[in-house]
Amino acid sequence: MAVSPTTMAAVRASGAVPNAEYLLSAEGVRKEFPGVVALDDVQFRLKRASVHALMGENGAGKSTLMKILAGIYIPDKGDIRLKGVEIRLKSPLDALENGIAMIHQELNLMPFMTVAENIWIRREPKNRLGFVDHGVMHRMTEELFTRLNIDIDPDIEVRYLSVANRQMVEIAKAVSYNSDVLIMDEPTSALTEREVEHLFRIIRDLRAQGIGIVYITHKMNELFEIADEFSVFRDGRYIGTHASTDVTRDDIIRMMVGREITQMFPKEEVPIGEVMLSVRDLCLNGVFKDVSFEVRAGEILGVAGLVGSGRSNVAETLFGVTPASSGSIELYGKPVTISSPTEAIRHQMAFLTEDRKDTGCLLILDILENMQIAVLQDRYVKGGFVQQGAIEATCEDMAKKLRVKTPNLYERVENLSGGNQQKVLIGRWLLTNPRILILDEPTRGIDVGAKAEIHRLVTEMARNGVAVVMISSEMPEVLGMSDRIMVMHEGRVTGFLNRDEATQIKVMELAAQ
Amino acid sequence: MSTKAAEGAAPLATRQRRRRMPTELSIFLVLVGIALIYEVLGWMFIGQSFLMNSQRLTIMILQVSVIGIIAVGVTQVIITGGIDLSSGSVVGMTAMIATSFAQSSTWGRAVFPSLTDLPAFVPIMVGLLIGAAAGLANGALIAYTKIPPFIATLGMFVSARGVAKWYTKGQPVSGITEQFHFIGTKAWPVVVFLVVALIFHIALRYTRYGKFTYAIGANPQAARVSGINIEAHLVKVYVIAGLLAGLAGIVTAARAETAQASMGVGYELDAIAATVIGGTSLTGGVGRITGTVIGTIILGVMTSGFTFLRIDAYYQEIVKGLIIVAAVVIDVYRQKKRRKH
Repeated sequence: MAVSPTTMAAVRASGAVPNAEYLLSAEGVRKEFPGVVALDDVQFRLKRASVHALMGENGAGKSTLMKILAGIYIPDKGDIRLKGVEIRLKSPLDALENGIAMIHQELNLMPFMTVAENIWIRREPKNRLGFVDHGVMHRMTEELFTRLNIDIDPDIEVRYLSVANRQMVEIAKAVSYNSDVLIMDEPTSALTEREVEHLFRIIRDLRAQGIGIVYITHKMNELFEIADEFSVFRDGRYIGTHASTDVTRDDIIRMMVGREITQMFPKEEVPIGEVMLSVRDLCLNGVFKDVSFEVRAGEILGVAGLVGSGRSNVAETLFGVTPASSGSIELYGKPVTISSPTEAIRHQMAFLTEDRKDTGCLLILDILENMQIAVLQDRYVKGGFVQQGAIEATCEDMAKKLRVKTPNLYERVENLSGGNQQKVLIGRWLLTNPRILILDEPTRGIDVGAKAEIHRLVTEMARNGVAVVMISSEMPEVLGMSDRIMVMHEGRVTGFLNRDEATQIKVMELAAQ
Repeated sequence: MSTKAAEGAAPLATRQRRRRMPTELSIFLVLVGIALIYEVLGWMFIGQSFLMNSQRLTIMILQVSVIGIIAVGVTQVIITGGIDLSSGSVVGMTAMIATSFAQSSTWGRAVFPSLTDLPAFVPIMVGLLIGAAAGLANGALIAYTKIPPFIATLGMFVSARGVAKWYTKGQPVSGITEQFHFIGTKAWPVVVFLVVALIFHIALRYTRYGKFTYAIGANPQAARVSGINIEAHLVKVYVIAGLLAGLAGIVTAARAETAQASMGVGYELDAIAATVIGGTSLTGGVGRITGTVIGTIILGVMTSGFTFLRIDAYYQEIVKGLIIVAAVVIDVYRQKKRRKH
């Protein structure tokens, strides 16, 4: 028996909710997209007052499942029950009204409205004249924040808030709907360690209040810290559910990839050559100051630092996206000025940007168009005409080499998983035969398997004598891959560490100061 | 399958050339559908065939060729995510200026009495240059001051019309040479349209210029980081659009054997309509010249059919507006559907 949402709301209101074993359950869920089976006979069971992590590589189907639970996708098949009552969600709003709230990776707040207005939108308290009663709204927000231990001014406009605080507002908003189920998609990806702790405190409070939390993460240590149970998915199939106390990290990775990962970081000692890139006193007004370093052929220079330390800005300046206000850059022993990415590419530099969607992918175009775009600057073009056959064959080889999962090169990039999108972008740059490769968060938000492949590629580049600058927020990656680590803090370089002396603690000391 | 995919090594299928079903096909079916509706209505109410009348079809295609020439440029602008509102005014401006260099000495009131009986390539070059200059102004403003294309070309829309009127203080320019008139005779406007369409169809699909145009429309920041000089490229695209509007002005004047300051009023909207009906997306990154050609013909068939059915001109405009909006609604819907998966 499928119950319409309004009935479910009535059932909820009456308090006569059947006392089911699980808060939310899904059985036999199937979802197909043109050409792919995203989910096949998948199950998921969320207990009351628990945190349940969904694990799996990108493309494993966990995002699809989550979107089905949040009413964004409608499954082709399957039985979804909320407190034992079968439900059919038609839209995110429908899910929300049934007590299932989702906090998206891309936050959905309106920047020019206040915190309180954002939380109570569509449900604003009204005074007798029918106007919004801001006093009451303020008070309601404060009550909500007190309950959640959040310290944010309800009357401040959202655009002034940090990412972490926006996330708190989103959570408060979700809770304000009296949700029973909260779905969180990589909530910590943009948070500092302190903010993560605060978030975890709030999650534990919510759990204590009986709320079930579905939590998606790629970070293994978070899983052990916050999750009670986890379910693993692989290639659209359900692999299993376990209590997080019962398993080790290696067990989980094995379940996720279906094979052993013997070595996460295939660091190879390669001969370090001459200086390829040398930077002296590079400044960008108001952003970073006096940055000096050099990178040699075959060397991987890791760049660590907290979000906002200016790491990405240095990379953008090196590549001519935001030209420097002062300082000097030498490439291959010769002083140069780089005032646009076009020039940087001409100097055989390549730059994998931090934000795949904003500055990387041409989402509505296909894989071929995405891969070829940079190399067309100076190759595979004769008299203005693109040498279609040659470039297609080259891109096809590259896609094979990078193991991009796709039936052909004519698939739109927006239909690929994050890991595959990243591979396409890496392919774009490898085609240009760079001698200097700048990577900004090369493995952010992608799965373990794709991560290992990208690490392998970077290692291979270094072996071939490319100088690599790798910005990363993931400590194991920085420590595992780099020959040297440059640490930044608030727009300045605070120190360098050699591979043998670098430890997590030393890096953090320099990064946080 | 599952183990293989887990290793991330699912093989690329062997070179399939299977792109998605071209939107042109569905647009073409719409064209056929509209034509058939007229055919049926024709037999029902007028007692004659709509399609079996080569004279009507010739006039129809002649009438829309000028719009088509403009639309080829507008398509490229819209693919970059921009818009060009100035083309109709540029038609008027170039028609006036070009024609003033195409006057015959037998005509008593030439604008430049000392510059009469010039070979036709002089007014043609002048017209193309004026059009390109207008495009250059549009493109440079948009690329370097970053003002929205809507505003920049709205400015040109007003000013170019102003130039057209100021040039002869509102007087028409007549008495053109036989040589210049020739471009507007017989099916030459159609030939010009189809040649222009072919050239830019090839340019968009097979040249670097085309690839960069789509890339900028799809994601300007990503295009920039990939080494495309966005500013220079946008200038190129708007210059081409201006050049084609100039060409349209030349053809219009040559056909009419005279130039008037009011020539081309509303052409920019017809060109945008033809482009959008042809499947080019206003959000940028999507669109083809083949679609625009079909869109142009749809526009022509519609107008011609209304006249054929003796429907009042007022209704024609009302319905045309509805069809433009419907085309955009369909585009939005198509994009939403695509994003769903």
